[in-house]
Amino acid sequence: MKIRAQIGMVLNLDKCIGCHTCSVTCKNVWTARAGVEYAWFNNVETKPGVGYPRDWENQNKWNGGWSRLGNGKLKPKMGGKFRVLAKLFANPDLPEIDDYYEPFTFEYDRLQKSPEVHTPPTARMHSAITGEIMEKPEWGPNWEEILGGEFSKRSQDYNFAQMEKEIYGEFENTFMMYLPRLCEHCLNPACAAACPSGAIYKREEDGIVLIDQEKCRGWRMCVSGCPYKKIYFNWESGKSEKCTFCYPRIEAGDPTVCSETCVGRIRYLGVMLYDADRIEQAASSEDVEDLYQEQCDIFLDPHDKEVIAQARKDGIPDSWLQAAKESPVYKMAMDWKLAFPLHPEYRTLPMVWYIPPLSPIQSAMEDGRLEKSGVIPDVQNLRIPVKYLANMLTGGKEAPVVQALERMLAMREYMRGKTVEGIADKDILDRVGLDENTLDDMYRIMALANYEDRYVIPTNHREYAGETPFDNEIAFEQRTSCGFSFGNGCGDGGQTRTNLFGTSTHKNTMSGKVRS
Amino acid sequence: MPQSMTEFLNHLVFGLYPYMAIMVMVVGSILRYDRDQYSWKAGSSQLLTSKGMRLGSNLFHIGIILLFFTHLVGLLTPESLYHYVITTEGKQIMAMVGGGILGGICFIGLTMLLWRRMTDKRVRATSKFSDILLLWLLYIQLILGLISIYYSAQHMDGSSMVALGNWAQHIVTFRSGAADFILHEPWVFKAHLFLGLSIFLIFPFTRLVHMLSVPVKYIFRSGYQIVRRRGRGY
Repeated sequence: MKIRAQIGMVLNLDKCIGCHTCSVTCKNVWTARAGVEYAWFNNVETKPGVGYPRDWENQNKWNGGWSRLGNGKLKPKMGGKFRVLAKLFANPDLPEIDDYYEPFTFEYDRLQKSPEVHTPPTARMHSAITGEIMEKPEWGPNWEEILGGEFSKRSQDYNFAQMEKEIYGEFENTFMMYLPRLCEHCLNPACAAACPSGAIYKREEDGIVLIDQEKCRGWRMCVSGCPYKKIYFNWESGKSEKCTFCYPRIEAGDPTVCSETCVGRIRYLGVMLYDADRIEQAASSEDVEDLYQEQCDIFLDPHDKEVIAQARKDGIPDSWLQAAKESPVYKMAMDWKLAFPLHPEYRTLPMVWYIPPLSPIQSAMEDGRLEKSGVIPDVQNLRIPVKYLANMLTGGKEAPVVQALERMLAMREYMRGKTVEGIADKDILDRVGLDENTLDDMYRIMALANYEDRYVIPTNHREYAGETPFDNEIAFEQRTSCGFSFGNGCGDGGQTRTNLFGTSTHKNTMSGKVRS
Repeated sequence: MPQSMTEFLNHLVFGLYPYMAIMVMVVGSILRYDRDQYSWKAGSSQLLTSKGMRLGSNLFHIGIILLFFTHLVGLLTPESLYHYVITTEGKQIMAMVGGGILGGICFIGLTMLLWRRMTDKRVRATSKFSDILLLWLLYIQLILGLISIYYSAQHMDGSSMVALGNWAQHIVTFRSGAADFILHEPWVFKAHLFLGLSIFLIFPFTRLVHMLSVPVKYIFRSGYQIVRRRGRGY
C-alpha cells in the first residue's frame, strides 16, 4: 500500500443554476490572453447537447482516454508509444479550432466614435485570430445554452447511448441539466501518458495535474489523449495549457476561483486518501459498469487507524490527515454515495465528482398525482432519465444513481416533514439506509452549504518546498518577486517585447480592440 | 585581381562561413535552451486548420529527415571507406536516384505546407516572420538540390560528389584548404552549400530547434505516468 492524498472536487448538479460565474471568473484569471481566447478551463454545458468542443464525449471520434487490451493491460486509446510518436507530424485525433469556436471580438470603437448617422452604429464581429470581419458566429462555447438549437443536433449527445431518445425531442418529455466541467485531475491521467516530452505530471502531495510550460514542446498529443478535451493548445505560445486547479490558491488553503465564486454553492473541495498501488488495477477492470465501484475501492477510510499509520509513514502531514477526516468530498462520494465520477468508462479515474440532479416528477404532470413507492416518489418518474445520468456518471449502471437520487429525495421529504409538519419520519430514512445523524450532516453540508463545510483545504507545507525547510533566505528571496508568469521575467512575461527567439504576433486580443 | 577576389570570397564563404554558422547554431541553441526555454517548441499550427496537414506535413517531414541523414552519411563517409561496398560512380547514381525520390517526396509536402502557410488566413495571421522565412529558405534549398541532379548528370564520374565530400570532411576535421575543393564547381552546388550553411546559421532563431527535442526518451519511459514530488526535483 502506498498512500497518496489528493484534493478532490464535488459539484452538486442539483443546485447548479447555469449562471456561468465559474467560467467567467476562471477565464478572467487564467485565459484572458492571446492564444487561449477560445479556451475555457472551466465551462458550463447544457445537457443534452454535444458540448464544447463538439462531441467531446465520443471517444470513437477523438480516441481519448484508455482502452483495455485483451490481456487486461491498459493502453492510451490513441495508441501506444510508437503510435503516439507516429502522430507527431500530423495528429489525426486533434480537434480544430472550429470544433471549439473561432474566438471573436466586436468593434466597440465604432459605437464610441461614430458620427451622427440615421441608423444606430453597429459593432461588427471580428475574428480575434485573423482580425477579419465574421458575418455571424457559427458556434460558441455555450451554443446549446438552455436547449438552444434543434433536437436532432442536440440528440447526438453520447449519453443517449442505448436509449430511445426520440421521445425526449417531444415538448412534453423534454429535459435539461447543467454540467460545469473542468480538468478532472485524474488518478490515471491519459494526457500525461500521451505527452512525449514528459512535461505533464501529477503532483504527489495534492494530486494536481500540471503542464510544465518550459518542458512542453507543443507536440499536442495531450489534447487528443485527454478524453474530457480539457487541454487546450495555445496557438500563440505553441504550448498546451490546462486548468491548474488554481494551485497557488490551494497551496494557501483557499478554494479554486471557480469554487470560491460559485453563487449556487454547488462546489466542494476536500482531501481524499487513496492507494496509489491499486490505480492500475482499478482502471483496468473488465466491465465498464464496474469502474465506478473499482474507483471507490481504492479510496481509503481516513478514520482507519492502519490507514493513518501508513499515511504518516508515506509522508502525509497530520494536518492533511485531519482534513481528510472532515473532507466533504469523502463524505459525499464514499459515506453517502451521492457523488459520481464523470465518465468512469474512460478509465482515467477522474477526481472531479458530480451529484446527479433531481428533476420534476413526470407523472405528476400527466396524472395530477404523485406516484410514490412508499413515501418517496419513484425516481424512474423523474424528468431526467436515470439511464441518461448513468451513462454520464457510472458507465451505464443505474443502481448507484437510483440510490443517490432516492437519498436526496428522502432528505427533502424528511426535512420537509421535520420543519413544516414537525414530524421526523424515520421510516423514510430507513428506506434509503440513512440514520438521523448522517442526515443532519447531509443537510448541513449539502443544503446549508456553509463556506467552511464546503472547503476543507489544508495549507501546503513549507517542508515541501525544498531541502532547507523554513529557510528564511528562500522566503525573502521570493517575497514580492513575480508569481505566475510565462517565459522570462515578470509583467508581460517577455512575450510582447522584441525577442531574438521569436516575438508574438498578437497583442492582447482580449482587449476588445480589433486586430488590424 | 578578379581572380584573387573570387578566391577570397570562395574562402570566406566555404572556408570560414561554415564555422561561423555552426558556432552561431551551437551557442545560440544553448543560450535559447537555457535562457528562454518557454519559446522552445515545434510551433504547430494544426489546431487552426488541419486541412492538408495529414499529407503535407508527413511527406515533408519524412522526406526532409531522410534527406538530412543521407546527406550526412553521403558527405562524411571517406572515399576509402565506401569503396569497400560501392564505386564512386555507383554512389553518384545512388545519390541522384535516391535524392531525386526523397527530394520529390519532400517537394510535394513542402509545396503543400508553403501554400497553406501563405494562403490560409488563420495560419498566415499567426505566422511569425521566421516561420515564413524558414519555409521559403527550405523550399529554395530543396529546389536547388533538385536542380543539382541535372548538373551531376553532366559528368557521371562522380567528381563533383567527391569534391563536395572532401570539402565537408575537411571542414569537420578542421583541415585547411577545404574551400579549394569548391572553387571550380558549378554555381548550383555553391548556392546549395551557402544556403544550407545559412539554415544552420538561423537555426536557433527559428522553430527548427524542435528537431533537437525529438522525444526519444518517451519510448524508454517506464510505464506511462509521471508523478513529481516536491523538494526532490524531478
